[in-house]
Amino acid sequence: MNELILEMREITKSFFGVLANDHVNLMVNRGEIHALLGENGAGKTTLMNILTGLYKPDSGEIVIKGKKVTFASPRDAIKCGIGMVHQNFRLVDSLTVSENVILGLNDIPRFLNIEEIHEAIGDFSKKYGLNVDPKAEIWQLSVGERQRVEILKMLYRNVGILILDEPTAVLTPQEVVDLFSSLRNMAQEGKTVIIITHKLNEVMEIADRITVLRGGKSVATMLKKDTTRQELARIMVGREIPEVSSRRCVMSEEKVLELKDIKALNDRGMEALSGLSVCVRKGEILGIAGVAGNGQKELVEVIAGLRPVLAGSMKINGKNLTNSKPGDIINAGVAIVPEDRTSMGLAQNFNVIENLIVKTYRGSENSRRGFLSWKHLRENAEKIVRDFDIKTAGVFSPVKLMSGGNQQKLLFARETSKKPSLLVAAYPCRGLDLGATHAVHQILLSQKEQGTGILLISEDLDELLNLSDRIAVIYEGKITGVVVPGKATIEQIGLMMCGGGKECIFQTN
Amino acid sequence: MEMVTLLTATLHAAIISATPILYAALGEIFAERSGVLNLGVEGIMLVGAATGFYTVVNSQSLLLGVLATVAVSLLFGLIFSFITITLRASQVVTGLVLTIFGTGLSAFLGKSMIGQASPVIFHKIPVPVLSKIPILGHVLFNHDMLVYVLYLLVPLSWFFIYRTREGLNLRAVGENPAAADALGINVFAVRYFYVCLGSIFAGLAGAYLSLAYAPSWLENMSGGRGWIAIVLVIFATWNPVRAALGALIFGGVDVLGFKFQARGIGISPYFMRMLPYLITIIVLIIITARSQMAKNLMPKALTIPYDREER
Repeated sequence: MNELILEMREITKSFFGVLANDHVNLMVNRGEIHALLGENGAGKTTLMNILTGLYKPDSGEIVIKGKKVTFASPRDAIKCGIGMVHQNFRLVDSLTVSENVILGLNDIPRFLNIEEIHEAIGDFSKKYGLNVDPKAEIWQLSVGERQRVEILKMLYRNVGILILDEPTAVLTPQEVVDLFSSLRNMAQEGKTVIIITHKLNEVMEIADRITVLRGGKSVATMLKKDTTRQELARIMVGREIPEVSSRRCVMSEEKVLELKDIKALNDRGMEALSGLSVCVRKGEILGIAGVAGNGQKELVEVIAGLRPVLAGSMKINGKNLTNSKPGDIINAGVAIVPEDRTSMGLAQNFNVIENLIVKTYRGSENSRRGFLSWKHLRENAEKIVRDFDIKTAGVFSPVKLMSGGNQQKLLFARETSKKPSLLVAAYPCRGLDLGATHAVHQILLSQKEQGTGILLISEDLDELLNLSDRIAVIYEGKITGVVVPGKATIEQIGLMMCGGGKECIFQTN
Repeated sequence: MEMVTLLTATLHAAIISATPILYAALGEIFAERSGVLNLGVEGIMLVGAATGFYTVVNSQSLLLGVLATVAVSLLFGLIFSFITITLRASQVVTGLVLTIFGTGLSAFLGKSMIGQASPVIFHKIPVPVLSKIPILGHVLFNHDMLVYVLYLLVPLSWFFIYRTREGLNLRAVGENPAAADALGINVFAVRYFYVCLGSIFAGLAGAYLSLAYAPSWLENMSGGRGWIAIVLVIFATWNPVRAALGALIFGGVDVLGFKFQARGIGISPYFMRMLPYLITIIVLIIITARSQMAKNLMPKALTIPYDREER
């Protein structure tokens, strides 16, 4: 079945002078699952946004079933049978599942019979094994269900080519299994699936054929059976990635953080942490595994002193700091690398020096009689930039001009400069490329070896298994179990992430 | 018996007082549902009032007056749309400027019309049979055409927004324009259309003031009704039926002032004239205090310009 269904030739697109796609070629056969592999910023999403008519290419052409096409809008692309499931779901939260599915269709009655529509959508979703309640409003659904709605939306429009942008990033391991089996069903029915990803495991599991993008260029296309993980990694990165240095156990019994039965609300006023207990010891990395939205954000904010604790207690180095001010918590030796580094971690319009001192500008080494000691600050910042290998146009340039990886390194440099006893890192590698991810992992491991207790929140189970000394699984605001990597499988942890799996190896505190 | 007459007259007047506010509020609901906050309502109302009055004085035709109002307020809607939707300027600033501009323009052009009487106005047309119902007949069915049109517009607007394909598109564009765009809904066209529709409604609200309510031309005759309409939209949580109820409350309070004065009830008339505005402030405080409600029902993309290639 080697019928060519889609060809993109010499596609070029630049944004404000930066080439996102540089003469990219892509050929996809009917009925195959084609992986578009590449690091963040390799131009995968841009290419697919061009294919779906969201962006106009500067040059190059798109050929579908032998016919050259130009798309002015996503509607044109959908008419040609091309639909995309974006990474940030394009769903209208306040509308129901059915309303989202029929939105924008022209061949539905002008006056809507809501009951009839619910029934039709319900039947349609069962047909593809994509179960979801058609009457539910989107905001009530889990992330996995929302993704199903997105896929349904495209299938309902009878697309022949379905594009998924990083579809597994937000799913639990079980949901990934379900998704992949749905995708295989679709491919068997003759639908073509293009999956954008940077995860090699996934590519090796699901793809039939693979096109690798690097730095905006298409560098290789191959069949999965003709390649290996290692080869793909090399082509994708263009250089060898050293393995993370092996883990050494330096954990002591001393507890740097002790949370007992913590209760706290989320922004909507609902209980987000419902009796959460966990402790982090000196010199260990405690991983927090869980599907996003199970209380991770609130947990970080509670530790930082940004969210009131309704019940329970928090001890830092044995000292009770429940509901203390953020400043007191910082002084007690807590450092935080927040989830949202661009807005909460760094001030984008501040330069490198200013960002480095926002927590310590009052200190005697940084200022004298209310005036900042710029010479000292500059030398210190230049040293940090060298030590952490931060790429920047200079310590006086605003951080918004730096890439995500370099911003993250800067953030880590600031947070670790005062030798914290507890370091909280929330999703520190989210959105970073392999090189920057590696650097962040090295920072975490070296901090740990210096005796810092680290709370590492991540949605990447491989990362947690590689780095953590213990992994605590969070589900609906509670720790459902603590496991030791090597003694639990990804599947077991995945089960606990959905509230199941009590039979796992427990090792509390 | 006298109490009944008083009550009937008050309710009748409340409907008349509510009409211009409700026209403007319905229009603003459409604009805001599409994600565009038009703070130019007050200015467009004044321009609509002046245009309608001027045309009728010179042409002796109510129909021409209404058509001219529609045309001019459509032009204002297009200007506002171009600046905020195409050029993506701040909706708040643009709206304020439009109100200042409309207030000044109508005052300038209207100088010569002050003190003139309109040759024709919207007269009350009692509905046969229905207007003979005791009490309610007079309250509801002894009004002019523009009020009757409004009776139809309220349920039609509700049905349109919640029960039709186009209404679904409208809601989607105001909540998540990127989602709507990805499904092939033309976000720009939808926003242009409903902003202009809202603008026309605001213009008609003004024409009602100068051709039925007053009926004459006075500088700044809208007296803040455009602003009350904008508050009413929040109060009504972007729902036309609730907007109608809200407009009736505002209208009722407005009328009470006159009635108290006429009957010599010893409350300062200045205080009574202040009441509708005072209630507006109280409503805002209550809604803000219970902000979760308004925040959840507010169109998520309100005031945010849409840019397809934003990265």
